[in-house]
Amino acid sequence: MSSFLQFLSAGLTMGAIYALVAIGFVLIYNASDVVNFAQGEFVMLGGMATVFAAKAGLPLPLAMAAAVAGTVATGLALYVFAVRPARGASAVSLIIITIGASIFLRGLASIGFDKNIHNLPEYVSADAITLGGASIRPQSLLVLAGTALIVGALFVFLRRSLTGKAVLATAANRDAAKLVGIDTDRTIALSFAVSGAIGAVGGLLITPIALTSYDVGAPLALKGFTAAVLGGLGHPVGAVAGGLLLGLLESLGAGYLSSQYKDAIAFVLLLATLIFMPNGLFGRGGTDRV
Amino acid sequence: MIARLEVRYRIVVAIALVVVVLPFVLDNPFHLRVATLVWIYGLAALGLNLLMGVAGQVSLGHAGFLAIGAYAAAVGPTHFGLPTWLAVIAGVALAAAVAFAVGRPILRLRGHYFAVATLGFGLLVSMVLTNETGYTGGPDGMAVPRLVVFGTSIRKTAQWYWIAGTVLVAGVWGVTNLIGSPSGRALRAIHDSEVAASVLGVDVARYKLVAFVLSAAMAAAAGAMLALFDGHVTPVAAGFLRSVEFVTMAVLGGLGSVLGSLVGAAILVVLPQALTVFADYEHVILGLLMMLFMIFLRHGIVPSIAQRFGWREL
Repeated sequence: MSSFLQFLSAGLTMGAIYALVAIGFVLIYNASDVVNFAQGEFVMLGGMATVFAAKAGLPLPLAMAAAVAGTVATGLALYVFAVRPARGASAVSLIIITIGASIFLRGLASIGFDKNIHNLPEYVSADAITLGGASIRPQSLLVLAGTALIVGALFVFLRRSLTGKAVLATAANRDAAKLVGIDTDRTIALSFAVSGAIGAVGGLLITPIALTSYDVGAPLALKGFTAAVLGGLGHPVGAVAGGLLLGLLESLGAGYLSSQYKDAIAFVLLLATLIFMPNGLFGRGGTDRV
Repeated sequence: MIARLEVRYRIVVAIALVVVVLPFVLDNPFHLRVATLVWIYGLAALGLNLLMGVAGQVSLGHAGFLAIGAYAAAVGPTHFGLPTWLAVIAGVALAAAVAFAVGRPILRLRGHYFAVATLGFGLLVSMVLTNETGYTGGPDGMAVPRLVVFGTSIRKTAQWYWIAGTVLVAGVWGVTNLIGSPSGRALRAIHDSEVAASVLGVDVARYKLVAFVLSAAMAAAAGAMLALFDGHVTPVAAGFLRSVEFVTMAVLGGLGSVLGSLVGAAILVVLPQALTVFADYEHVILGLLMMLFMIFLRHGIVPSIAQRFGWREL
């Protein structure tokens, strides 16, 4: 029982980060049909920029704010300089652009920051909580709480605010949104900015647990994309569920079956899920126009 | 896409000519080695382009098939005493069989769902290769026994250049034939619209499976050549980044374009070699170039240039 709780908490913590990356994917995908493989780099930037801003002497909260602001600017730049000029290109061409962007950002980070592995102190200096024989780090709880807060805020923003509704309208039908007077270009730019912010917060939350370096982005993008698809691409609730599920499967698989094959277990279950639910957990089957 | 038969075959002849002439132009063994790698990767990119550009399915796990071919050439002779040529054939057959078995369920998935399923497949292959240390040597990889033909060991770059070049030209010729055949037309119809194609009586599932199996076999053949040429294989061969490289080759060169596959392969093989002079800035420049190419030549290099000059699509 105690080991089960231990695996559960570890899996949920990592799953929360996958969920944040997956939400970033979904936001951008819904607004612009772009699958943004640079999403993982936002997480890397959030962690690395915080580390280096703190090293430069900024107090930690300011360093975090600077990192989030920098990542938001990066997200906007990605849209303005790379995605918008390629408007109308095919989906795979846009994927190659975002992969190019992720290689570019990784290269930039390896020069601008460095190639070492970095850590941040835990933000809450409390002792590990013992629960049913499992010891849970307060930072893990912080990750979960932070994720819940972001997801909650995002939903309020999308459902309650006018700007949020414009994002949803753009996601539903870009031309129709344009016709009712929504500035879709700005809305898409906003979705890149928000995705950048969400990724950066994920990065600075997870760094005290999982460490960071210039190359942590690519595997996270992979897991986040998988989580987003598992949940039914385009579905924010699905993205959160997909992320948590992926984290749990990995952790439980590593704990009970084989740590070498932990990713394999997750992916076999993923394949099985897709074969039986071809549109993901929450996705609806679409219809085709011929 | 390609209207006149002659144009299509002119490209095959042109590629064959380049393959034949190149060694006389390249004086330096390193350049010959790079050219050999271009032909080998070109074969894999061509297979993937058949799947992506013609049948319209994006695979993010193609390096898995490449690795099956590569490790067959290594494991067969080392652990089972197979002659290398038989191991290579077995590897290609195994990749085709795996593609057939995996393809049946996952080809029902569409778009990004198919991409994630193939991504999972690629990760599984690389994990097996990393963890089954007894057979594969684990993360460090293993040595590949040299190919021996009539008692002579094939290890010189020039020898491999001609082998890779010949296999590539054969592959180009085969794919060109296929694209022009009724099966090729069926595949292109699927690319344009699956529903419309099936309404017209195209057996969508069957043709997609054929394209998937063919592309897997071509990747495995490329993998086997790569392993025998290098003399060493590691699980990196099956990695996600390698798969992404193949997709980039096909898209950068031009989806659905035979010549484009080779141009894409040439760029992705030559560019990193050329960019090593920039040392730390290598990745920055590679990423930047990928973005610029796709922004300004969004249909891929070959089709975009052909369009600009009003040439028939290549």
